[in-house]
Amino acid sequence: MIALALPTAAEGGTFTPPGLEDLHLPDILPWGAEYGTGFGKQMLLVILTVVLVSWFLVAASRRRAMVPGKFQFLGEWTYTFVRNSIGRDMLGEREFKKYTPLLVSLFLFVLLSNMMGSIPFLQIPTTSHVGTAYALAGIVYVYWIYLGFKTHGVKYFKVSVVPSGVPKAFLIPVVLIEIVSTFLVRPMTHSLRLFATMLSGHMIIALTGAAMAYMFTSLGQWWGYPLGSLIFIGGLAMFLFEIFIQVLQAYVFTLLTAVYIQTSISDAH
Amino acid sequence: MDNAVIKAAAEGANPLMPNWWEVLVTLAGFLILLFIVAKFVVPMFEKTFEERTAAIEGGIEKAEAAQAEANAALEEYKQQLTDARTEANRIREEARSEGAEILAELKAKAASESARITEQAQVQIDAERSAAQASLRTEVGSLATQLAGKIVGEALDDDARSARVVDRFLTDLESQRAGASK
Repeated sequence: MIALALPTAAEGGTFTPPGLEDLHLPDILPWGAEYGTGFGKQMLLVILTVVLVSWFLVAASRRRAMVPGKFQFLGEWTYTFVRNSIGRDMLGEREFKKYTPLLVSLFLFVLLSNMMGSIPFLQIPTTSHVGTAYALAGIVYVYWIYLGFKTHGVKYFKVSVVPSGVPKAFLIPVVLIEIVSTFLVRPMTHSLRLFATMLSGHMIIALTGAAMAYMFTSLGQWWGYPLGSLIFIGGLAMFLFEIFIQVLQAYVFTLLTAVYIQTSISDAH
Repeated sequence: MDNAVIKAAAEGANPLMPNWWEVLVTLAGFLILLFIVAKFVVPMFEKTFEERTAAIEGGIEKAEAAQAEANAALEEYKQQLTDARTEANRIREEARSEGAEILAELKAKAASESARITEQAQVQIDAERSAAQASLRTEVGSLATQLAGKIVGEALDDDARSARVVDRFLTDLESQRAGASK
């Protein structure tokens, strides 16, 4: 990122902040490029995420020691955190076990995807590409609608959009609002919240990095150094804050998934 | 700053338009992960938790059973101890009464024995006295006759007569003694 931003800055002699285009790195494999895509770093990191999360969970769960070691304990702790704090608390004692696989997979997948932005050299949260966020939110979207119909049958149309206790006069606008908020806004906010926070966080880190590099190398003025140092301190703070946001957003994304499932399988709206 | 925005807009970088290949890769990748988690990870974790719960509960149950057993054993020992005490008391009581019986029996026996011995002794003494009396009577008679003969200087050969004299003397002697003892 910094390396990409630098040449333009150095050539032009003025500071050019990294733009959104800089987030889309050149394709690794040239073929497929004529379709406007190609195999890029982001896709490689998605696959890496799948491999790492699978390895972590399988390796931690297969030991099955009565008294867990550190590694198994870490796996069990993560697993029970999602299973109990998200699944059981949201979905209730009776229902939550069915949804544990989805919630655990989602949480760890999103978490590592976000963390990719803070791992040196990898340094791009795969969820900052909207395609990944759409895909995950899309799976959840399809799943909770499916659950709604599975639980309520055709009545789910009514259950999901007609709130009880609304006077008849307001019924039509309320139903319209419910349809929009449930079936349109919900998946959008679900995916865009994740995507936008990751993208903006990534942009801030990239911006501080580029600005710092510019201050140190291209400015050619003595005050570039203290200013660059200040940017470094601010950038470091943002970097740590980003890690917090990455964890938080993974939690929020999984928690919202549980909430959506809960509204689908519960009796009343 | 404007420069960048213009540049981005010119290149048509709408951040909300997904790269469909990325969508596809994510979908496939996540579904594979979901499959692995649902098929292997969750069952294994749940099994581990169940086993752990069972182990802990089993341990508690075992401890409770051991506790109950220990309590039962303690009760039993206490019961046995009480039984033994009553038994000992009973035996002691029995022994005491038996001892008293034995003592009484022995006393009675000893009393009868002593009575018997006394009686026997009495009988013996009586017999010996009469024997002594008889022998004395004859011996004293002959001795006295011999003595008297020696003193008188003549033989009192007439046995019948001397016997009569002696008998009379002795009868006198006896009646005298009997009068003195009376």
